[in-house]
Amino acid sequence: MSIDRETVDHVALLARLALTEKEREQLKEQLSAILEHINVISEADTSQVPATAHILPLENVMRADKAVPWSDTAELVQNAPSHEDSYIRVRAVRD
Amino acid sequence: MPELWQLSVSEAADLLRRREISAVELTRAHQERIAQVEGNVRAFVTTLDDQALRDAERLDQRRSEGEQLGPLAGIPIAIKDNLCTRGVTTTCSSRILEHFTPPYDATVVARLHEAGAVILGKTNLDEFAMGSSTENSAFFPTRNPWDLGRVPGGSSGGSASAVAAGEAMVALGSDTGGSVRQPGALTNTVALKPTYGRVSRFGLVAFASSLDQIGPFARSARDAALLLQAIAGHDPFDSTSVDAPVPDYAAALSGDIKGLRVGVPAEYFVEGVEPGVRQAVEEAIETLKAQGAEVGECSLPHTRYGVAAYYIIAPAECSANLARYDGVKYGFALRGEADDLIDFVSKTRAHGFGAEVKRRIMLGTYALSSGYYDAYYLQAEKMRTLIKQDFDQAFEQFDVLVGPTSPTVAFELGAKTADPYAMYLNDVFTIPANLAGIPGISIPGGFSEGLPVGLQLLAPAFEEARLLRVADAFERVTDYHTRWPEALNAKRGARKRR
Repeated sequence: MSIDRETVDHVALLARLALTEKEREQLKEQLSAILEHINVISEADTSQVPATAHILPLENVMRADKAVPWSDTAELVQNAPSHEDSYIRVRAVRD
Repeated sequence: MPELWQLSVSEAADLLRRREISAVELTRAHQERIAQVEGNVRAFVTTLDDQALRDAERLDQRRSEGEQLGPLAGIPIAIKDNLCTRGVTTTCSSRILEHFTPPYDATVVARLHEAGAVILGKTNLDEFAMGSSTENSAFFPTRNPWDLGRVPGGSSGGSASAVAAGEAMVALGSDTGGSVRQPGALTNTVALKPTYGRVSRFGLVAFASSLDQIGPFARSARDAALLLQAIAGHDPFDSTSVDAPVPDYAAALSGDIKGLRVGVPAEYFVEGVEPGVRQAVEEAIETLKAQGAEVGECSLPHTRYGVAAYYIIAPAECSANLARYDGVKYGFALRGEADDLIDFVSKTRAHGFGAEVKRRIMLGTYALSSGYYDAYYLQAEKMRTLIKQDFDQAFEQFDVLVGPTSPTVAFELGAKTADPYAMYLNDVFTIPANLAGIPGISIPGGFSEGLPVGLQLLAPAFEEARLLRVADAFERVTDYHTRWPEALNAKRGARKRR
């Protein structure tokens, strides 16, 4: 199965990647080639096979709902590219 | 007397306890070794020169005051740079995290501090652990100490090369599809991927959360056992870490494998396995037989679907995990013009991520997108069930399975960078263990034309002790693990041109 340019553009938008023209053309070829190999999985009849999302037989893991101090705010916030006091600055989400 | 940097963990721990050497001396010896060979090997992204010496000094001080120290007190270790270290940059060898300083330690790092280990530095990797050669590092490729024109494997190539070259006594890596075992095979080191859930992933920068697992590199099974002992066990910060008792791994090293049932999967000896690799592995199997193991053939019929299933599941999970890099909370942020928030985030990510990471995010986003989910992601998860059932059936008859870790020895730098799928095929024998969640180990199994061949052993879930017992028994009758790479003895600049 090959991927067309429209699909590359759509997926890049979903993935939030502002790819260059050259990258888009390259990915069209590379993803098509990779999918050709990957399509081998469609050969197997899995109609009766359950899916495994996770190999551990885990049920929900619960703990007491108790707040504990973690890291100090200044240390956390200093990693943000733009911050003010103990706040992270973000561009406007809407006008 | 060997050089201090050539000692094993147990030898060094003995000398330290008897105060015949100090932690400072041992740390210095490794730092001098790093200064001597690092220009060629390039295993480290960051070295902690002063900090490591201060840690060692403090340990010596505490020991001289008669304090009872942890089992790894004074042991110099290297840490893959996708494991968070408080106050020390954790880059994932990516531009997007180049200046990221975590405000906390990964649980494994905290446990190493408790055990007294001295962290020498952070090692290079394929960006975000995506790759099989360490060439996808955004900074520089790491070289294989056995041949400086070849790759060390990946993604934990920095940790593998550091241990192989004597720059660190042991190291930690992470294994999502073979990223500990495959570089272990290519660099003649002992490299263990524990059972999914055996070691806490808290503070390991997430790539594919249902597959990732942290594991040790060492130059012997015993050293790997000591390191696993320090990091294994339940952690409330990782709800997928399993609350089951951790056995005494070193105590399991009895040297006895008489009657051990060893299965040889036919699918691991197919076309594509280099003749030299096949020969070394077959000889290694004969060695196990001579030690009393009962060897028989078995089948893992869905092996051929493993790579395809993995390259749907891992990119799908990575596309979700890497969505957090948006230039807002931490990491690289685009400076300059952007139309709006989405434009800013999209440009930041396009600048911050390298080609392979973008490829996998695109592949995973595609596989999860509307209309393709059933054909790819769901089908891959069903395949995962079949691959797990293959192992369940094989382990009804056999205690361990054995085969090559990698179909080839270390390849030359640049040999596979043009063809992503050719690179993915390096992991054909390591991927199934991640999909099934079982433990696997790669051990020095022989040589082919002067390059190391890794022998992979696989066991049922939570049977790491069994893997280590077989590895240790094999080491008792072979000398592969004791050999040092000759390539580093040549003077710098005198390197043969290829």
